[in-house]
Amino acid sequence: MDRLLEIEDLRIRFPARGGMVEAVRGLSFSLGRERLGLVGESGSGKSLTGRAILRLVRPPAQLSARHIRFRGDNLLAMSERRMRSIRGHRISMVMQDPKFSLNPVMRVGDQIAEAYRLHRRTTNAQAYDKTLEMLEAVQIRDPERVYRMYPHEVSGGMGQRIMIAMMLIPGPDILIADEPTSALDVLVQTQVLKIMDSLVRERGMGLLFISHDLPLLSAFCDRILVLYSGRIVEVCDASRLHQATHPYTQGLLRSIPRLDRPTAELPTLARSADWVHQESVSGVL
Amino acid sequence: MSSERIAIDVRQLSVRFGRAEAVRGASFAVPAGGSFGLVGESGSGKSTILRSIMGLARDWDGTITVDGTSLDRHRRHRSFFRTVQMVFQDPFGSLHPRHSVDRVLSEPLKRYRFADIDARIERILSDVGLDHRFRFRFPHQLSGGQRQRIAIARALILEPSLLLLDEPTSALDVSVQAEILNLLNDVRQKRQLTFLMVSHNLAVIAHMCSDVAVMINGEIVELLSTEQLRRGAASHPYTLRLLTSATNLGNQVIAPQSLDR
Repeated sequence: MDRLLEIEDLRIRFPARGGMVEAVRGLSFSLGRERLGLVGESGSGKSLTGRAILRLVRPPAQLSARHIRFRGDNLLAMSERRMRSIRGHRISMVMQDPKFSLNPVMRVGDQIAEAYRLHRRTTNAQAYDKTLEMLEAVQIRDPERVYRMYPHEVSGGMGQRIMIAMMLIPGPDILIADEPTSALDVLVQTQVLKIMDSLVRERGMGLLFISHDLPLLSAFCDRILVLYSGRIVEVCDASRLHQATHPYTQGLLRSIPRLDRPTAELPTLARSADWVHQESVSGVL
Repeated sequence: MSSERIAIDVRQLSVRFGRAEAVRGASFAVPAGGSFGLVGESGSGKSTILRSIMGLARDWDGTITVDGTSLDRHRRHRSFFRTVQMVFQDPFGSLHPRHSVDRVLSEPLKRYRFADIDARIERILSDVGLDHRFRFRFPHQLSGGQRQRIAIARALILEPSLLLLDEPTSALDVSVQAEILNLLNDVRQKRQLTFLMVSHNLAVIAHMCSDVAVMINGEIVELLSTEQLRRGAASHPYTLRLLTSATNLGNQVIAPQSLDR
């Protein structure tokens, strides 16, 4: 497979009382033109991993890896200046809540157009047309009107579609989506994910989908990496998640209440101390 | 049905925030010992109903009757809070960051002049599955699940009979959610509590409640039993859409036979 991204032995440490604490402990995986899910509980290191790819892990946290290669180039060896031309342009990121990601005092259309012009020499008119096109691509019905709106005037679902438009307009190779729909209502969630999914597929992009929601990931990904305490405990095909073998993955799946299978008591996850010490499984394909 | 004691009876409840009407003509009743769920999108008014019962939203019309007593719009009698308590969604926001667990739990006891404060705190901590070491910790020293256990302990310490639960597990990981839901069911059984629960998650509501009201835009559009819900016997198109989206996601992951132990 055409590897867009290769990560080997990624580690992220934080200084803490009594020495360094390692939050991400030797992750290796690759991302091709596929939809890769990264699942884990809070504190498992999934969001840190997403940010590490863009080198957005700030001191005092320390980031190290044998390499993070984007189409063959090691991102860790790049100058900050070159890194800026990668962020947003070649690899972009959608975060959880559009309310905090959009500039509240700028019209949403101008924000999308800015994302386009930042990485490309173009005229205002071209950027405007391209923005309307992009708004249509995320299924916004009246793009001219929405272009002129401010973030507080749009709903959560529309805000997140605007974010997706903004992230995809420079034509990146990779989209990192960190809990892109957790702040949205159930029905809106599905709609936004379908839009994101079809755009990523049409453009042959690589998607790294970070979430705590296993059922959701399995519906929208090809492959899933299961993270536990900074390591990958299991890699599986999304369609075969039900055949997962690691007790952690199985435990997670069982603990989800289900409409079609009522139980008096939900099975809880019995954590084993061994899981923390198990070698990280390689997610390189 | 008619001989059952009604724990809470809400009739034609409308709640306003300024000119906006957040809840319009909502009516439902929960028998003592029952558990009733409200589902709907954000902004559908489900939390607002809980808030008006607690006296946190004041501009409402209609009647709310708790244990046979009709509630005043502005005032709650002291004794009200010994009958009704609430657990909020976000355990990070609902506990005072500079109050220890001991203080959180002892304050209501002092206010209501309980004598055996020490023993009650020890007992409630063990009831919510925490050992006594947690008593002198502060919220930042607790995980999300432990905080929610403390929030539940705080709600239970005055021995209420009706618990209002506002998305009690939606800020938690699924493994922790299972523990908290089990704990809630457990205390409900032991203390014969009545639950009124709000959630956007159909499966969670179905697991916890025997009857459900579905809300859109401030109105209850459908009342049905959990059993009807599980069978897919809903009549409102919105409920049906919720059901498809919930079961589709569920089915894609878990082939039933593989998880039967």
